Amino acid sequence: MLVIRSGEYESLRRHGEETYPFECCGALLGRFQDGNRFVEDAIRCGNTRADRPQDRYNIDPKELLAIQRQADQRGIAIVGFYHSHPDHPAQWSKTDLAEAHWLSCSYVITAVEKGSAASTNSFVLSGNNEEDKMLEPEEITVLSMEETEANVAKD
Amino acid sequence: MSLKINIPAPLRRYTEGQGFVEVSGDSVGSALASLVEQHPSLKGQLYNDEGRLRAFVNVYLNDEDVRFLSKMETAVKSDDVISIVPSIAGGCC
Repeated sequence: MLVIRSGEYESLRRHGEETYPFECCGALLGRFQDGNRFVEDAIRCGNTRADRPQDRYNIDPKELLAIQRQADQRGIAIVGFYHSHPDHPAQWSKTDLAEAHWLSCSYVITAVEKGSAASTNSFVLSGNNEEDKMLEPEEITVLSMEETEANVAKD
Repeated sequence: MSLKINIPAPLRRYTEGQGFVEVSGDSVGSALASLVEQHPSLKGQLYNDEGRLRAFVNVYLNDEDVRFLSKMETAVKSDDVISIVPSIAGGCC
């Protein structure tokens, strides 16, 4: 399961609308706990696929390195990534699976239809290696502002 | 010579949860070999059957992609940090 606050969830969906008709992409920082991923921050990244941004995305590894360092400094981790599918369903494609290499991380996909964010789905990259990896659907739990505040108070 | 390798979250299950592993070596290649020697189950994650680094595995020496330096032959010194950064890409069709 992916647990994300409403602010971060809406932010990643808006990102897809802002870059439409091109794909957006970003990283999710947070914690792995009990087989789930808890998102604390959604970080927007640039799409380096200038040759076909309408149906491909790539995050500059140098940008990813900076995000990885930021996560280490904050005592959290990269727990997933997100991107948009302009005028395509929020389902993973063969390209998404072939290019997914962060095992146990979430891959969140938002369908953006005619410029408006439609459905958002998340898939966890399961398996142990490149040969048996799979993108499996997972539940997204979006925490409201009240729930987020209640969790902070509990901690 | 002793230096550190930064392990990305998905590979930490092979390093007993460690985000940084202390290794020895005088080049990027020998430092990575030291890492795999300490944590053998990482080998299949980083290298293909021919023993070459998998194409999606980016390796940085401090702030530089070693592909733009001398690749695996790139010399390292104490206190350098090597980072392993698997690529992120995809697309809707």
